[in-house]
Amino acid sequence: MLGNPLSTGEASMKVKTLILRAPGTNCDQETIEAFEEAGSRVEVKHINSLLKDPSILDEYHIFCIPGGFSYGDDLGAGKILACQLKYRLRKPIERIVSEGRIILGICNGFQALVKAGLLPGLSGLFSRQEATLALNEGGFFIDRWVYIRCEEVTRCKPLKDLAGAILHAPINHAEGRFIAPPDILDILEDDGYIVFRYVDPSGCISRGWNPNGSMNNVAGICNRDGNVIGLMPHPEKYIHPYTHPSWTRFDNILEDNCLRFFKTLVEYTYLHIL
Amino acid sequence: MAKVSVIHVREATDEELMDISRRYMLSLSLDEMKAIKAYFISIGRDPTDVELNTIAQTWSEHCYHKTFKGIIETNDGIIDNLLESYIFRVTKELSKPWCLVVFEDNAGIVRLEGDWSIAVKVETHNHPTALDPYGGAGTGTGGVFRDVIGVGAKPILSIDVLFFGPLDYPYELLPQGVMHPRRVMRGAVAGIRDYGNKMGVPTACGAIGFDEGYLCNPLVYAGCVGIMPFSRYTRKPKPGDLIVLVGGRTGRDGLRGVTFASTELTPESEKVSVISVQIGNPIEEKKLLDAIMRARDEYSEPLYSAITDCGGGGLSSAVGEMAKKIGAEVELSLVPLKYEGLEPWEIWLSESQERMVLAVPEGNIDKLMKIFREEDCEATVIGRFTSTGKLRVYYEGEVVCDLDLEFLFKGIPRVRRRAYWNPLREWDPDFPMPTDLMDILRRILSDPNVASKEWVIRQYDHEVQARVVIKPMVGIHGDGPSDACVLKPLKDSWIGVVVSCGVNPKYSRYPYKMALSVVDEAIRNNVAVGGRRIALLDNFSWGNPEREETLGALVEAVKGCYDAAKAFDTPFISGKDSLYNEYRLPDGSYRSIPGTLLITAIGIIPDIRKAITMDFKEPGNPVYVVGYTRCELGGSYYYSIMGIDSGVIPSVDLNNAKLIMDRIVEAIDVGCIRSCHDCSEGGLAVALAESSFSGGLGVEVWLSEVPRLGLVRDDKILFSESNTRFIVEVRKGMEDYFERIFYNLPYRRIGYTTREGRLVIHGVNGRVYEEDIWSLKDAWKSTFNW
Repeated sequence: MLGNPLSTGEASMKVKTLILRAPGTNCDQETIEAFEEAGSRVEVKHINSLLKDPSILDEYHIFCIPGGFSYGDDLGAGKILACQLKYRLRKPIERIVSEGRIILGICNGFQALVKAGLLPGLSGLFSRQEATLALNEGGFFIDRWVYIRCEEVTRCKPLKDLAGAILHAPINHAEGRFIAPPDILDILEDDGYIVFRYVDPSGCISRGWNPNGSMNNVAGICNRDGNVIGLMPHPEKYIHPYTHPSWTRFDNILEDNCLRFFKTLVEYTYLHIL
Repeated sequence: MAKVSVIHVREATDEELMDISRRYMLSLSLDEMKAIKAYFISIGRDPTDVELNTIAQTWSEHCYHKTFKGIIETNDGIIDNLLESYIFRVTKELSKPWCLVVFEDNAGIVRLEGDWSIAVKVETHNHPTALDPYGGAGTGTGGVFRDVIGVGAKPILSIDVLFFGPLDYPYELLPQGVMHPRRVMRGAVAGIRDYGNKMGVPTACGAIGFDEGYLCNPLVYAGCVGIMPFSRYTRKPKPGDLIVLVGGRTGRDGLRGVTFASTELTPESEKVSVISVQIGNPIEEKKLLDAIMRARDEYSEPLYSAITDCGGGGLSSAVGEMAKKIGAEVELSLVPLKYEGLEPWEIWLSESQERMVLAVPEGNIDKLMKIFREEDCEATVIGRFTSTGKLRVYYEGEVVCDLDLEFLFKGIPRVRRRAYWNPLREWDPDFPMPTDLMDILRRILSDPNVASKEWVIRQYDHEVQARVVIKPMVGIHGDGPSDACVLKPLKDSWIGVVVSCGVNPKYSRYPYKMALSVVDEAIRNNVAVGGRRIALLDNFSWGNPEREETLGALVEAVKGCYDAAKAFDTPFISGKDSLYNEYRLPDGSYRSIPGTLLITAIGIIPDIRKAITMDFKEPGNPVYVVGYTRCELGGSYYYSIMGIDSGVIPSVDLNNAKLIMDRIVEAIDVGCIRSCHDCSEGGLAVALAESSFSGGLGVEVWLSEVPRLGLVRDDKILFSESNTRFIVEVRKGMEDYFERIFYNLPYRRIGYTTREGRLVIHGVNGRVYEEDIWSLKDAWKSTFNW
């Protein structure tokens, strides 16, 4: 860790995070709490107010699209929200990416970023959808705790300090199976676009611990510049030790929760973006 | 009056009155039709179809609970209002200051901490689910969420208790018009999943049971817990306030749902009544919730003076209830419709989902409209509250309904019914003890009622909101059956809400003892994780109360609720009954569900860090049994496997039960308990097996040590289902603390946990029964390995 600048009162609260709320978003509250706990200032805005004044997006360092069922996922998970991003918020989002600020999509947010063509975005921002998150192998919604490993070699600079870490977090989705055509998948693998993979508790990639049938156990990816990040599991659900599914078994409460995921992002922002 | 027809009741004979009741699907009795006739004679005109339907909805069993509020003649005398005589009475007698709103609004409200309060409601949605499992169960969930939103609370937990026919029921034996239980179950589970998950409300508490009695009438109990600052609770609409309809649009779905729910089902129901099933859209409700929470919180006071759910009976019931003490005027042509062509009575009665009604002072209307616009949620002024004492409804300026509210709410003739109950004589049969008790244990564990429901539970989101700290599945592999769920609803406080259920239709042939047992079960599940200061909700699903024995059984169950709640010092705060859960076949024969009482218990735990789960934690810890095991195997899984239908149904020792529960909580608080599991279906044997394989540890116990009364046989000790019993794993070295707490109460140390994954049971006469815990877990998990 970098001497934790966030522990000083002056440093904290300088990082500003915007949490997007759309009709059907339902993980906004816990995502707010996670970013606050990690030392960021947080505001939450409804998409309608962003559509009215897209320049609002310029005021924030981190733009987070949390989980839920935006617009009911009626045309497929995240599809309508993706269209809103692509056709109505294009300019400010392009500015975020080019200025090196951060966009984070969790679960439904990840689905929207992929469908908008922001992730992985090999052929340029918003140009075309290069991968998808399909219906789980099991055929329906699943709630399960998984282990994910933050890859050692990635383009994702904001999460560099998390490289090698194994996070424990729940997945809660019906459409989370990461799929990409072979040529795209090869590029993602070879050029460090893959940020998180489903692993077993010891950190090894194994089919048995892949909860939804994702190709190459992919749980999260980033764009070329590493500042647009998306993942299916919900790190914001494990900020406090007591939301762990078997904390009653431990005599000493575990501290290796997912707060470090948010802290890493906020610290990077503080040091490199502000 | 173009679209409104006038029905001539003033000159109608008795026969014609009943004909009208049938033709318009009013489900009203002759007495009630005569009261309507008399009212319209007194005001000198005939009713419109809008008026007649309004009365029928308001007077339906579903809305008015006329059986519970009526006069019941029994062999022991007359009961004037079953609800007040027993259920309300116990709440009044216990008079708890933390009970803030009981039985008078959409949901019961209890205090949590400071201004924070908890609102709870459990509903039934049985009839719609029988016709359309997906839509029926989904809208049941959506409906009960709105009950909680309808007091101004934010839903934080969804509860679902389901009963279906046997999953292996032969298709060729299905009665005409009945769907196969598998289809009903898959549909109902998917409906609950899609509604709860999309609303972002965790489903973390519930049960699923199977019995042939539910073949034609599946049961869906949907419950919801919400949280709110109590200072934001308001329900005083004032004359002059605007009536604002918010949320989804109105369509032809869900017409006459409440009168439909107040009759039995038949093979014709699918054709005649499918219009009574609503079509749900959870995202519409999520927007509604977001907007209402802003209307509640954004200003110094809520922007509304009253709020209610638009559920059973539609606008007629929502507006009628709010206007009860004042009056209201509504213009139906202002109501936004899904499509053109609805007749006035259809608009007025439609139970289309995701709608609520607000009473809004005129000065607040612009602020309210702005919030709803920003949230993409429709809001429309459709009328105004008045002080006329009348419910006046217009369509395009013409009056289509003009009823005295006094008559509407007080004009219903009291129902008078007879109840008869013949107490059951019980005896315990004698039969040779089977040799392979471990095989019987495996069979009980794989019984669909007992087996793991992981296939279902994982389809429900129980993590969303990140507040569930004791989840429905616990233990070393996160798949053991938790006794109750615990929520930590407040960011800055350790206080927790503990939610659990009790239900056991296998005891329904002795309804008084069934009521004692399920209250005990709900409370002991709550206590097992550390819950206390418990409030109860009652939900009765019963058959046709016009039959004397059916009503007699209901009366017995209600008496049991009173006695148990009194003894446990646990008030009822809300409840609901669903009667007429029967299926009438063309040949005139009928099938009824077993009388089914669901008790939901809402407790609190001051510090969630002290909560306990049921999985064994470490090897070498002493294992205790608390509570007496008696010869009570009537309705047990053991006897059902042995094909025995006699036996004594478990009772509750009302003098000691509360003490035992209190001491468990005390022992949890001082930290000497490592795991605690309640004994219910399958008795000690199942509880020991579940705690073992959930914790990945073995256990070795001696049956000779089990505190028991009148039992000498290994099989009966292992499988008796006596109430008020717990298996407790005590922290090594703290045995003295634990034993001191239980001084003078029935408890014994029966063995200890082991590192080897084996369940080892020493019989009373030295016989040893042994089984691998993973093979037991396989038996438990394989039933629903779909």
